Amino acid sequence: MPPNKATEAGLARQRAGFDWSKIVLNLVLPVAGVLVALLVGGIMLLVLKANPIVAYAAMISGAAGSLSGVTQSLVKATPLLLVGLGICIAFRANVINIGGEGQIILGAILATWFPLTFNRWPGWLLIPATLMLGFLAGAAWGFVPGILKARLKVNEILSTIMMNAIALQFMYLLIRGPLMDPAGVANGTFLAQSAALPRQAWLPRLVPQTTLHAGAILAVILAVAVYFFLWRTTIGYRIRAVGLNPDASRHSGINVAFYQALSLTLAGGFAGLAGAIEIMGVQHRLLDGITGGYGFTGIVAALLGSLHPLGVIPASIIFGGLLVGANEMQRSVQVPSSLINVILGMVVLFVSGSAIWSRRWAAQRKLGETQEEQVEP
Amino acid sequence: MNKLLSLGVLVKILTTMVPFAAPFLYAAIGETFSQTSGVVNLGVDGIMLLSAYAAFYTVLNTGNLWLGLLVAALVGLLMGLLMSFISVTLKAEQGISGIGLYMFGLGLSSLLFETTIGTVKTVNGFQPVKIPVLANIPVIGPILFQNSVPVYGAFLLVPIAWWVLEKTTLGLKIKSVGQNPAAADTLGINVDRMRYFSVCLGSALAGLAGASLSIALVNLFQENLTAGMGFIAVALVYFGGWNPWGVLGGALLFSAANSFQLWVQVLGIKVPSDVAVMLPYLLTIAALTVTVNRARQPAALNKPFERGES
Repeated sequence: MPPNKATEAGLARQRAGFDWSKIVLNLVLPVAGVLVALLVGGIMLLVLKANPIVAYAAMISGAAGSLSGVTQSLVKATPLLLVGLGICIAFRANVINIGGEGQIILGAILATWFPLTFNRWPGWLLIPATLMLGFLAGAAWGFVPGILKARLKVNEILSTIMMNAIALQFMYLLIRGPLMDPAGVANGTFLAQSAALPRQAWLPRLVPQTTLHAGAILAVILAVAVYFFLWRTTIGYRIRAVGLNPDASRHSGINVAFYQALSLTLAGGFAGLAGAIEIMGVQHRLLDGITGGYGFTGIVAALLGSLHPLGVIPASIIFGGLLVGANEMQRSVQVPSSLINVILGMVVLFVSGSAIWSRRWAAQRKLGETQEEQVEP
Repeated sequence: MNKLLSLGVLVKILTTMVPFAAPFLYAAIGETFSQTSGVVNLGVDGIMLLSAYAAFYTVLNTGNLWLGLLVAALVGLLMGLLMSFISVTLKAEQGISGIGLYMFGLGLSSLLFETTIGTVKTVNGFQPVKIPVLANIPVIGPILFQNSVPVYGAFLLVPIAWWVLEKTTLGLKIKSVGQNPAAADTLGINVDRMRYFSVCLGSALAGLAGASLSIALVNLFQENLTAGMGFIAVALVYFGGWNPWGVLGGALLFSAANSFQLWVQVLGIKVPSDVAVMLPYLLTIAALTVTVNRARQPAALNKPFERGES
């Protein structure tokens, strides 16, 4: 079978959509990965002389036991979902974007500078303009490694990591200098943070007395949009083709380097948007730790969602809950919340390790199909 | 600016550069073995963190520096086994499993630090050992021959690694499974076993990299002590064209840029320190764009091997 046809067949199978057994597999493996990780985490809790059942119960009640817990979980899920959507696009093109942290920072920087500078604009104009700018800033930060990969074949994993470090220092430079809160300069505290955004640039709250903001809805809408983009548009089709089989794509006239650079740029854009939304919806000012590690945990959310935009929605909500619950666990059983990073790391290891079973299963099916074809006259 | 260019300052920059190249050397030479066999281990930073903690904790409680080194290497080895199992046996996408290993190491080292040590403490790490005669040479002596044992070890590792990779059957086998695993398999080389060996060796060296930081250079441990040094080490392998001597050049260059920015800050020269801190990273990106040795890249890098796959 010529490679082009293999790609066509692969894409056709993906296009077919409602392949129940595949959906079940994509559901079972990540869930099993999380459960095993929580199990090992439980053993660690035992070693740390904490009761795992009490700890996990505290985690669940912290995340889902109250209105504030639920809304906080959704607030944390929002940047995870946005970063995860970008990761989906990049990974579908077989490009690994580790640059989420830097891209979030760039989006956050622009989303701070712009409303502070154009503070007389009305909200209906300022909010969309700022969101757009955040997206573009992140996209620019993703474009650099993208173009370096396309033109000079620079490994994107390494360049995105370097871009993270550069973005972080750039942010420090700004919040200790030009963007430093004038109030902090005036009263002599010199806190390394920017001034608060003008009120009309704050994202509207969805539930009174909670932190849940309109960014959460935007993220879900974008998840559906990314799904349509990847599965219903020519560009999306080509991005997936490039990821499935670059050689075949090249032979059928697809500019592989271009689509890889494009996917990194888009991934950067979504991370940048996540940064802008963190500023406009949660912190309302630029300060250290603005990324919240979402650049990395967004990768985990995307993996758990089987790199499917709609799958990332529940995955990021679960993760948002884990992050919120970890704080409650720290309070109730005095186990540092860094345990959650250990668990997240194990989830990535287990889920990436379990991909072998879905590949084997796909290979067996393919073999079955070929035999069926041969039976026909 | 004139202050910076005086001979005295230049010597100071070089005296910082040599010892601080050591962690990069251990980690990057280790990664060279791993990548030569076809496995990108992106979890180096996580391994360094966990080993740095383990070495520090051992020394804090026993005062035995050599035991600290040994424990760090063992922790590295265990992490290497985990990485090999996921990436070689289970054939995971290496970029992703490496990130998992990094997060695991980062999280576990913070967790253990918070539960067993709590606050930042210091230990008496490895002391500089003057090499007789050579240490007395003006200028060069203090730069090169007044370092601690782990630092000498890092520089000795370069020729040893080169010799193993280029001149021994073992090196040939490692290269063959990284270049053409199918052919190596036909010749009766156990591809998986060679890759396990290379990844574990590389990870044990990453363990020493962490230990060199926490019990020989800065002599303390804190959360995220390495601050991404392991990722730089991975970049150095590409920069060095999968050749230990190239890696040495990269490590020295990066370390020089790093100590340059440190001294810029110390001397209070009017460059914003944040810009100076960016310098090594900008340099690394620039270096990656001009690396011409790409022809040496192992052909099967990042590709899991499965028998019967064409």
